[in-house]
Amino acid sequence: MLNGTAEEHGLGRAIVRALHLDLLLLGGVALLLAMGFVVLYSASGEDLDTLYRQGVRVGIAFTVLMVMAQIPANHLRQWSPWVYAGGVLLLLAVMFFGEVGKGAQRWLDLGVVRFQPSEFMKIAVPMMVAWYFADRPLPPRFLEVAAAALLVMVPAVLIAKQPDLGTALLVAGSGLVIIFLAGVRWRILMGLGALALVAAPLLWHFMQDYQRRRVLTLLNPESDPLGAGYHIIQSKIAIGSGGFYGKGWLNGTQSQLEFLPERSTDFIFAVYAEEFGLMGILLLLSLYLLVILRGLTIALRAQDTYSRLLAGSLSFTFFVYVFVNTGMVSGLLPVVGVPLPLFSYGGTSMVTLMAAFGILMSINSHRRLLAR
Amino acid sequence: MSSRQPIKNHHQEQRLFLARIITLGVIIVLLFGLVGVRLTQLQVINHSHFSTLSQNNRVRLEALPPPRGLIYDRNGVVLAENRPTYQLEVTLEQVDNLQDTLDRLSALLDLEPAEIDRFRRSLRGKRPFQAVPLKLNLTDEELANFAVNRHLFPGVDVQAGVARHYPHGEALAHVIGYVGRIDERELARIDTRRYAGTTHIGKLGVERYYEDHLHGHVGFQKVEVNAQGRTLRVLEREPPVPGRDLVLSLDVRLQAVAQEALDGMAGAIVAMDPRNGEVLAMVSMPTFDPNLFVHGIPARTFQELRNNRRQPLFNRALSGQYPPGSTLKMLVGLAGLEHGVIRADRMMFAAGYYTLPNDTRRYRDWRRHGHGWVDLDKAITQSSDVYFYDMSFRLGIDRMSEFLGRFGVGEATGIDSTGERRGLLPSREWKRAAQGMPWFPGETLITSIGQGYMLATPMQLASISSTLAMRGQRVRPHLLRGMLGEDGEELHVAEPEFLAPVQVSRAEFWDQVLTPMEHVMHRPNGTAYHSAGRDAPYRIAGKTGTSQVFGLGQDEEYDEASVAKHLRDHALFIGFAPADDPRIAVAVLVENGGSGGRVAAPVARKVMDYFILEMTP
Repeated sequence: MLNGTAEEHGLGRAIVRALHLDLLLLGGVALLLAMGFVVLYSASGEDLDTLYRQGVRVGIAFTVLMVMAQIPANHLRQWSPWVYAGGVLLLLAVMFFGEVGKGAQRWLDLGVVRFQPSEFMKIAVPMMVAWYFADRPLPPRFLEVAAAALLVMVPAVLIAKQPDLGTALLVAGSGLVIIFLAGVRWRILMGLGALALVAAPLLWHFMQDYQRRRVLTLLNPESDPLGAGYHIIQSKIAIGSGGFYGKGWLNGTQSQLEFLPERSTDFIFAVYAEEFGLMGILLLLSLYLLVILRGLTIALRAQDTYSRLLAGSLSFTFFVYVFVNTGMVSGLLPVVGVPLPLFSYGGTSMVTLMAAFGILMSINSHRRLLAR
Repeated sequence: MSSRQPIKNHHQEQRLFLARIITLGVIIVLLFGLVGVRLTQLQVINHSHFSTLSQNNRVRLEALPPPRGLIYDRNGVVLAENRPTYQLEVTLEQVDNLQDTLDRLSALLDLEPAEIDRFRRSLRGKRPFQAVPLKLNLTDEELANFAVNRHLFPGVDVQAGVARHYPHGEALAHVIGYVGRIDERELARIDTRRYAGTTHIGKLGVERYYEDHLHGHVGFQKVEVNAQGRTLRVLEREPPVPGRDLVLSLDVRLQAVAQEALDGMAGAIVAMDPRNGEVLAMVSMPTFDPNLFVHGIPARTFQELRNNRRQPLFNRALSGQYPPGSTLKMLVGLAGLEHGVIRADRMMFAAGYYTLPNDTRRYRDWRRHGHGWVDLDKAITQSSDVYFYDMSFRLGIDRMSEFLGRFGVGEATGIDSTGERRGLLPSREWKRAAQGMPWFPGETLITSIGQGYMLATPMQLASISSTLAMRGQRVRPHLLRGMLGEDGEELHVAEPEFLAPVQVSRAEFWDQVLTPMEHVMHRPNGTAYHSAGRDAPYRIAGKTGTSQVFGLGQDEEYDEASVAKHLRDHALFIGFAPADDPRIAVAVLVENGGSGGRVAAPVARKVMDYFILEMTP
């Protein structure tokens, strides 16, 4: 049994504890956010307006984090099926009433705010799958695994149809990793892997044209240097020309001269890599690793199955964000619209991420209140 | 709550979970490592490769076309200048609906279909965000019209530039020539690097001949651009070297007088300074406005000019080849003196015609009953043909041809302009080569009065006149007086180029042919006395000529209405003044003008009067 090594001294720590926060996680996240602001200032062409809007978002997201941190995990568990059902309904609503933006139907206009239900599913799906396994003996049997997979795939497919491959990937990953963490036997896992291999051509068949092009572009970006390959060529140039030490803050020519597309949002990693070099990258990756490992530690220390699985899933989802984004920007993975967490300019994913951190903190701090 | 599931084994589940979390952690660390390796590959191993790509990405080399050199007359009057112009440009990326924009522009600016066609052609192969010219050379009215409505046309802009302008227009079209858009043939010929950014090139005349000097040297600037191709700042700049400014020997005032003197006629005048070869005036009439060609002449206007029977595009001064007629009699006389065939004081009886021995064919004099007893002086003064028939018969074509050649007959003067023709100096060899025929003695007679095969350009005639004025000293005629230094101030005067002089064994031979030239003007029996020489306050030496058009291959169409005019003789005149201290040598040609004395001589007189009496030497 892992015991609480809760920090006993100091007023600051006391406040942090009283607010159910986690100092290590909070520190890592705050540091990443701060670096994100520095890079965004450069990527936006030194536009303070952009920083201001991002600041407002971070403020909102932080409030959400605080709120989530106060909610004990067993409350979340009880809400899980309702949250999930509501999320799937919203996805269906988007399908029929949603707004179209940039060729995809993702948004639901609620009058006051525009809302992406798919974003919401990044938390709702792991909650649901964790709930499903919470009371069952583990490792799960095959039928249970199949049922859980169905719970994951229904929203994932709905999101992929929007089409939003990046989010679908994250949602599917956040659910499937729970099946893995729940202890699914390796042979079932192997079987699923084989099935995935068989399903790949089928998936190809269902892909949108632009998604197929992205996959092809990954294999050979130079085949279409001014079209689909442009993003990846320019971002590789940005990263590569940064070298070991980087060109210095505000001196990245690729980004400052607007060669790099989407440089405030999905490709902000390339801006960072160009200006701060491999040294900066190693620092950044270390920080991300720190946050992820802290999340996994929280999962290990969690006191019940639901919290464990949920914490593990949320940490893993954060990792998927980082890996898919850096992999895509550096040309390892196809271009899928996944932002660099805590760095990229944009609202919805920031709120989701911070909500997830709030949940992690809650799981870490509410354990004493839980009845074993 | 977990108690609801009795078979749930917490410890086993926790161990399982620990194992899975560790597995996951290892996978995560490995994948992070993969990203790290990938970035090391990009940023360290391939760094120099991407660094180069990045440099090329942001730096673009732009050409800075040099401003074309200006052209001045000898007194500093601008003959060719660069004037600001405005053209309408379209940036396709900023236009919402191209067809609609073009439709509305057409309503506003009178866009021609040809302009729209050209515009659409140049849209292909342009860079992103590159503006493409739609309408060149906007008039002030069009400029104002567009300026008022500009807000209705996003992506359409007025771009300022410079364009060649010829303030004297028609007066100098044939001398200066003009510039026009570089065409494909020229593109193959020129050094495209030197012409980067330049759209126009000298097509004719001085503009073409001195293209190399006028053009200058292209400059370059390295600019930093963004992905849209917008220039952000200049990194490095090598300024262009402007083209050299030319100062011509022409005097626009004299040019205007000459043009006025030929008013309504088709012909040419060349006036030059015999002492140094400077061409003072060169006129070919009718003429055209060279400014039409700078912006691309509308096809219809060009067709009109080209099909005009009076051939305004034809530079008669340099390209027109005419039988020189009697204007070369001094040369033939000099040949006779030099070869001892005649003596100046020896008289002969010149009847109305001449016959060769054993031949009945009559070679007629222009004066029906002949000139009676004539010596060389009278033969030139009254332009006796029979005197020269007789002399040339004894001189022979070979010696005559060789001697005329010394004056440059049949040889281009090499003036610094374009389109000059050589004329034709007939000889035995020439005829055998050109026609495969032997030379007939009768042809010698015809040649001696400047008819038959012989052809000369007005420029050659002026040059011959100049050589006579200088008693054999030959200088190559030229239009360029000098070039301004690169500071635009100092004038580098071109040295006159003297050619092998015409030498005769006795200096008095010159007097024996030049004095009669004065008599042509100033003696009552002179062919130009009544029309031109009579009241001249200074002494002129001159010679008239009237050459038959008939039978000569003028490639003009047969047109019934103009046949009479068409077959009329060409009127010619050569001369210089003042006779004792020549400062100007002139040649005049009036196509189908009739008598050289009555028509061409007064034209020359007007030019000489202005030069001698009005212009300060």
